[in-house]
Formats: sequence, C-alpha cells, structure tokens
Amino acid sequence: VFPWFGLDIRGTLVKLVYFELKDITTEEEEEEVENLKSIRKYLTSNVAYGSTGIRDVHLELKDLTLCGRKGSLHFIRFPTHDMPAFIQMGSEKHFSSLHTTLCATGGGAYKFEQDFRTMGDLQLCKADELDCLIKGALYIDSVGFNGHSECYYFENPMDAERCQKLPFNLENPYPLLLVNIGSGVSILAVYSKENYKWVTAPEARPADFHFVLCCSIGGGTFFGLCCLLTGCSTFEEALEMASHGDSTKVDKLVRDIYGGDYERLGLPGWAVASSFGNMMSKEKRESVSKEDLAKATLITITNNIGSIARMCALNENINRAVFVGNFFRNNAISMRLLAYALDYWSKGQLKALFLEHGGYFGAVGALLELLDSA
Amino acid sequence: MPMRAGEERVAFKMAERGGRGSGGHGSLDKSITLPPDEIFRNLENAKRFAIDIGGSLTKLAYYSTVQHKVARVRSFDHSGKDIENEPLYEISVQEEITARLHFIKFENTYIETCLDFIKDHLVNTETKVIKATGGGAYKFKDLIEKKLGLKVDKEDVMTCLIKGCNFVLRNIPHEVFAYQKDSDTEFRFQTNHPNIFPYLLVNIGSGVSIVKVETEDKFEWIGGSSIGGGTFWGLGALLTKTKKFDELLQLASKGQHTNVDMLVRDVYGGAYQTLGLSGNLIASSFGKSTTADKEFSKEDMAKSLLHMISNDIGQLACLYAKLHNLDKIYFGGFFIRGHPVTMRTITYSINFFSKGEVQALFLRHEGYLGAIGAFLKGAEQDNPNQYSWGENYAGSSGLMSTSPDVYPMQRTRSGTFDMLEMDRLERPLVNLPLLKDPSTYIPDTVDLTDDAMARKYWLTCFEEALDGVAKRAAASQPDSVDALERAEKFRQKYWNKLQTLRQQPFAYGTLTVRSLLDTREHCLNEFNFPDPYSKEGPPHKCALIFADNSGIDIILGVFPFVRELLSRGTEVILACNSGPALNDVTYSESLIVTERIAAMDPVIQSALREEKLLLVQTGSSSPCLDLSRLDKGLAVLVRERKTDLVIIEGMGRAIHTNYYAALKCESLKLAVIKNSWLADRLGGKIFSVIFKYEVPCK
Repeated sequence: VFPWFGLDIRGTLVKLVYFELKDITTEEEEEEVENLKSIRKYLTSNVAYGSTGIRDVHLELKDLTLCGRKGSLHFIRFPTHDMPAFIQMGSEKHFSSLHTTLCATGGGAYKFEQDFRTMGDLQLCKADELDCLIKGALYIDSVGFNGHSECYYFENPMDAERCQKLPFNLENPYPLLLVNIGSGVSILAVYSKENYKWVTAPEARPADFHFVLCCSIGGGTFFGLCCLLTGCSTFEEALEMASHGDSTKVDKLVRDIYGGDYERLGLPGWAVASSFGNMMSKEKRESVSKEDLAKATLITITNNIGSIARMCALNENINRAVFVGNFFRNNAISMRLLAYALDYWSKGQLKALFLEHGGYFGAVGALLELLDSA
Repeated sequence: MPMRAGEERVAFKMAERGGRGSGGHGSLDKSITLPPDEIFRNLENAKRFAIDIGGSLTKLAYYSTVQHKVARVRSFDHSGKDIENEPLYEISVQEEITARLHFIKFENTYIETCLDFIKDHLVNTETKVIKATGGGAYKFKDLIEKKLGLKVDKEDVMTCLIKGCNFVLRNIPHEVFAYQKDSDTEFRFQTNHPNIFPYLLVNIGSGVSIVKVETEDKFEWIGGSSIGGGTFWGLGALLTKTKKFDELLQLASKGQHTNVDMLVRDVYGGAYQTLGLSGNLIASSFGKSTTADKEFSKEDMAKSLLHMISNDIGQLACLYAKLHNLDKIYFGGFFIRGHPVTMRTITYSINFFSKGEVQALFLRHEGYLGAIGAFLKGAEQDNPNQYSWGENYAGSSGLMSTSPDVYPMQRTRSGTFDMLEMDRLERPLVNLPLLKDPSTYIPDTVDLTDDAMARKYWLTCFEEALDGVAKRAAASQPDSVDALERAEKFRQKYWNKLQTLRQQPFAYGTLTVRSLLDTREHCLNEFNFPDPYSKEGPPHKCALIFADNSGIDIILGVFPFVRELLSRGTEVILACNSGPALNDVTYSESLIVTERIAAMDPVIQSALREEKLLLVQTGSSSPCLDLSRLDKGLAVLVRERKTDLVIIEGMGRAIHTNYYAALKCESLKLAVIKNSWLADRLGGKIFSVIFKYEVPCK
C-alpha cells in the first residue's frame, strides 16, 4: 500500500524519507486515489514546506529499486517543534483514508504517538531507533549515491590546499563504530548485522539499551550554546558564524601555558589545553567576537566527540568510526577536524569515515522496517 | 588515670634553652593580620623551600628542624650499690631535634607580602635554591629571586603532582575519601592500602589530565580533555556575567538544569517509562536553549554547564579506567578542591557510567600535591621517602568546606591561609604482618563521624576534661616560668580544635576517640608539654584503711597495697580492731607484723620512721564496722592528716555494713562474696569480687 514513508522524530529535527514511485502502471494510476496524488504532488513539486520544512534535493536517490519497484527516494526535514503542524497537515490531506501504515522511529515516535492517533487518526508503527540507524546506513551505503560512493574520508584534512574528499569502500563494514550526532551523541559498536552494542551507555541496565544518552554534548549543545553566546537563531547561522571565527582567542592552548609543546607529556603546542580557558580573564572576554565564540563552541564539541569516540574504539578494539547525523550537514569544519584528530591521537590507527546522507539513516531504516513488515 | 611506679622520684632535667623558637617571632607584616604563632611557623629553622604557584593559589613548602621537648625514661645502674635511696629510673625532659614539613596555602595576591615576611625571618643562609612548579612559577620567577635571593629551579608540574600524591597516599591516614551525597557523613574515608599502585589520577585544572601511575617513578599521561575547570569558569563567565569561580559554583548549586538541558523525557514524551529509562537523564546539554527569544536564568545555565562538564569528565575517566583495567580514580585540581558541588556531580557521573565498578575518590590534601612533590624533588638527598611521616593535627588546618552555604562555620583565618604540617616519625611504621587484610583493617571501634550521638558525647567529654588536662600540664613543669601561659595556649588551641570538629567532624579524616586523643597529644607537644603526668603530685594525701583478716590477707593483700600507696607519696593510716573477732587482725597483732615487715622492707621502714605509716585501733571488737562509733584517736588523726581516701576491706565491713555509706572523700570498698545467697541477692556469683570505688559528688 502506498505511499511509502519512513519517519525519524528526534530531539531537534524530524527526518522524513519518501519513496516516489516512478514505474507506476496505468492501472495503478487509475486506481490511485486523489489524496495520494495530491500528497505526491505536494512533496515532489516543492523543495520547501511551510516556513521550516526543507527537501534536501541534492541527496535525492534516483532510479532506486525497492521491493521490486523503481522510484526516487526523497529526503525531507523539519524542526521537531513543528510536529503538531505536520500531523495537522496529514489530517487535512486525509492521510488516514489511505489505510497505510506510517513507520516511525526516534524518541518522538513515543512522544507523538498519541497525537498521531487523536489528531491524525493514524496508527504509528514504532521501530527501534538503533536497528533503524544501522539498517538505514548499511542499506544506503550498499546502493550507493547515484553512482558515487556513499562513504568517504578526508586526506590531509587540515591542509586547505591539499585536503581531499575521497570515496571509501565500506563493502566489509564490520566491526565498525557508528557515531550518531544529533542533539546528543550515541555511539554503537557494530560487529555484524544483528550484533551491535551501545558502547557508551551502561549495559547493566538493559532498559538503557535503547536510550539516547551516551554523551549529552552534541549538536544541540553547539546550537544551544551559540544561541546563548551569540544570539543567533538557526543552526545554519551558528555554523556560518563559526566559519569566520578564530577559536584560539577563546581557548587556552598548550603553547599558551608552556610556551610550546609540553614534551614531558607528549602534548603538541597547538592542542587545546582548556576550552574557553582564555575566557577566565575579563580583558580577553571583552576582546573576542561572536564568531570566535561560535568557532570555539564548535571546536570544543567536535574535539570532545572525537576523543570519546576514540576511547570507545580503543575499548572495543575497532579501527573505523563512521560519523553520521545532522550535526555534519554543511559542517566541513567538524568533519575535517574529526578526521585529523582521530588520525593524530590514534597515531593513524583509527580512521574517520562519513556518509553522504548523514542525518537520514534512521528514517531510511524506518522505511525499510515498513517494507519488511509488509 | 594511669599510675606510674616511682613517680614521686621523677627527676627533672629541664633544658635551659627555652622553646622551639616558633612562637616567639614578632608580628607579621601589617598587610596581613594573622595570629603570628600560626602562620609560617619556625621559619628561623627553615632549611629548604619549594613553591607551587597555581592560577589563584600559592602553596609554599619548607622543611624545618623543630627543637622540641621529649620525655625520656632512663633506668639507673643498680649493680653493687646500696639501692635503698636510689630511684629505679628517671624521667627527664630533653630537647630533641625533629624534622617537620610545613605547607602553607594562600591566595596569589598575598605572594609579595609573604615573600617579604619569609625574607625577614629567614636566618639560615645555606639555602640557595627554591624549587618551583605550577603554571605561575614562570610568572613569579623574578619576584621570588629578587625577594628571597634564592635561585628558582623549575620542576615539571605533572611529576611534582604525582610525587606529592604518592607521598600523601603513603603517609597520611585517611587521606582518601569517597563523597556520598545523600548520607549523614558525606565523607567516607578509606583505609590506607599498603600498596597504593596502580591508580588513575584525574587532575581537573583549567583542562583535564588523566595520568596512570604504576610505581613511585613510573607514570604515564594517558589522555586528557580540554573541557575542564577553565571551561566551567570561562564559559560560565560568558553565559552568566559572573566573574569568580566560587560564585559560579554558588549559582550552579541553586540552579535547575532541566530548564536548559534537553532531557530524555523531552524527547520521548511521557512514554520513557514504558522503555524503563529515567526521563531525567540528559539527552542534550543546552538542548533547550536553541532559541534566541527565551531568557534563561544564570543559575540554571551554571547548573547545566556544571553537569555537562562533570558528566563529560566522568565518562572519559571511566573509559580510560576501563581501558587500563583500573578501578580507583583520584580526582584533583581546582575544579574539585573541596567543593561539595563538583565532588557530587563527578561521583554521580562515575557511578553512572561505570555502573558502580569504578570508584571516584578525593584527597584531603589535594591542593598541596604539587608543592609536596616539588619539595621532595629538592630534598632527594635527605631521602624523605625512607621515613614515615605523620600529619600534625595541631599545626594543620584540616579539611574545610569552601562552601559557606553548606558549612556556616568558616575557618577562623577567613580562609586565607591553610596549613599542613607533617612530622617525621622517629621510627618507620608498618602493618603487623599477621593482620588478615591490612587494606580493610580499621583500628577504631566507633566511627564518631558516623555516629552523631557518640560524637556529641565524646566531644563534650573531652571539653569537660580540658581544664583538668591544662592544669596538670602546668603542674608537670613547676620550674618553668611560662608553664601557665603555655598551658593556657594549649587549652585554647585544643578547645578550638574541638569546636572545629563539632562543626566539621571530617576535618582530619574519620573522627574517633583515638584521633581526639592524638590531637590532644599533638597540641600538648606543640606547647612543650611532652608528658603532663611526669611531675604529678601524689593523687591522695592520706589513706585510711580498715583491715580485715589476719594471715595471708594482711601480709599479701593489705601490706603490698599500703606499700604502693606510700611509694606514690600517700600517707597511710592502718586501722585494726581493738579486740579479736573471728580471724580479724587486731591492733596489737598489726604492730608486730608491721615491725617485722619494716625489718625487711625499706619503704615500710622509712614510712614508719617518718610517721607516714600510722597504726591505729578502731575501738571495736566486731567483724563489722560502725563508722559512727570509732575510736576518738583515729578520728583526730584522720582530720589532722587530711585524709582523702578511705579503703574498707572484707565482707563484714564493706558488704554487711557500709556498702551504702556515703563519704566526703573518695572511697574504695573491697570484698569477696563468700555467701551464695548474698551473691544472688546482689546479682552476682559466689566468690565474685566487689570493688566499689566512689567519688563524692561536689
């Protein structure tokens, strides 16, 4: 039963993937109800929905075969606080009359379940968010990105001229550390399709297994702190400011304390000794710009994620970390820094990998769950 | 009250040289008003200096020799001599030189004044070098060299920290504690483990350093994080416009992080319960502040920041502990330094992330580690590690809470100067090898930190006894002109310690009767009273004894006791029946027996001769004793000799009669119950011994 949707409702953003059927038969077209047509038209003919919904056109997967059908996969996102409007819209477009199931994952699948039922007359099929994440990531990697590699890495990441984004073959993915950075950070060690574990959450509490904690310093922290420090109002704005800032004015580096490298401990002078450490001084607080603060926030959070991911990889004896999540959207600074930091601190033992469809794997996984269950 | 044989013969050899030199120096520089006796003690005899200058605090260390009175017992050589009038041994007070380590912590703003003060009081000119460590060592190098005329020799920060840490772990009892938030006793002190290695030290200064320490000389920096105390301070100052670190902590302790952080329940709605997880866990720090149009309170932001940083450090520390297979993590650095708020959040985080497998531990003298280490680096030739050292409770400030909200009683020196003194012990101390598990052995029966009622009782007890101890201390040195003054200083000092312990029982580790007694000894020693019992007058002036049976009873029971009383300077009136009754000894018998004993024993002989032993009759011929009908001569003598102890012996005199007799002076009623009915009646068994010692109510 069409339409095919996968929904991932997270702390800050909702990700929606929509499979647009391209091999539609004449019979099907005749049978197709008006409501379905209008939904397809609405989604595929627009790139923005309302004031906050966006379709990431550049991510669209064309000529995809899914369950024997050909079509395109569309990637749409909007803020979680617009969920009520989304449900309202579904209700207005008589979505429930299609008798389809909507498969959703993420914390919001629980939070909004009741609203879907009462406002939208829709029964949600809830899918496990970790299963969805892994399933989605591996699926998209396997189908590739319109003939290109889905997975990539950086060569010479900190060198502005020589930095290169290169494809990585993730054909034999296991074992692998999957680091998902949304509002917070969750890290999974994946040993096979079925065997993965949540490495940073306490295992002694089985209930915690499915829960989004791990590290609370993630994309939400970057955005939240930037709002407080700079008065910005969007994630994009925060990133834009960061790209023009100088974090070394804000952070205290090893060389600021020791005059150079701290050789006794093997610490290079450029390493950050204390994030925001210079801000202990009143004079320095008065001399930094909002851009500097945004950059320092980004660097602090990225470095921290890198160091936690590296420790998890060491403890799990894994040498590949795949970073996914919306934190990396348009965020080359963080990706390149992670690539460099992981390589430097692991002495080349740990490789940072990235996937093109960074934030959408949960939603893709939810769609796949839907198809599996049908 | 311990009794000592031959105490009346104690010969004193008071050294002429007065005092240790610590108390006597003049007033401090005007800009700091401090009790001059207490800060920078014994500088005249200071030998070696080290300094650790951090971001806001300076820690100065020096080594001094303390001239110090000790009690020494020496026995005389009696071979081939007439021993009649020779004492068996002599207790003398001698001056001895011992080594002491002084550590003083003060704010960097006082550094210049302090250096001036040291310069003015430094007599010893042999010292040429001062060991320096800490981030500020470079900044103040010129000042130190100019003021003290010593060459600054810089030492590696981390090496000093580890050296200091090993030293305190090995030498200071109850150095280590775990912090428990929801307990009456927030501080859980740990028994010192004989083997302190390996351990993880997480130092949270402006950044975080994680060091694995494997042996005395082997340590490795295994990692760190840039999110540390500097981040809390710097980011906190930006967010809240609050400048001081302590004020930021204050804000944090009042805030609600749930207003700023995105919690699991915010993501999952009400449904998190069905997943069996705590909705209170933080999903995204500052995740709710992702809006430009809402105002957040300073308190809430500070709290959120504190949680973010503590959780992050806790998580990283656990990952490192797991990787290196370690289950103990010591936390230090200015972020921790005695702040209950940060100890609480770090402990919570470690418990959460390690599922309780890793223990977060803290150190009482964490702030001194760098200074101790730097000092030890400079003192290697003296090989301080070959000795045992002990914390001197008299000269150490103890663990003080820095949060006035939690502990209203702030340290009396307004928190400016904090001190630690360690004395070199005469002999190295080790475990009894037969202890089943030295790491869990606890010498003390009652933990007064835990048991509030016992604590109240014992503190009151020591307070009430204090005047008496001070008096006895003064009396022990009758020849010293300043004994009274020193005794009063002792009294004041110990009184203050007791008050501190009432407010902060954890100041010197677990509070026990032992630690209260040790603190008293340290305070007595501090004011040069090594042995207050050494020159004590006889406890009693004159004892009146009512004897019972003749034969073995009088020869092996009464006379040795009489002799003992005489030996300690108490006169004895021995009262026997005027006429015979049962097998009781009579007055006339007692005369003969005493004469025979005097022929054999010089003590009895001289006592008889000097009329210190007096034989009298009771005026009675009864096996019992009626104290209202006594021989008048006896009564006169009792009054004349100012009798202050009455001893009544035997069933007839002490049980059948006089058992309930109340006297104006101390009394001792002694008997063996030889009647089973009476034994039953009194609630004991036949042949039980009654020993009833009574002190009259005043």
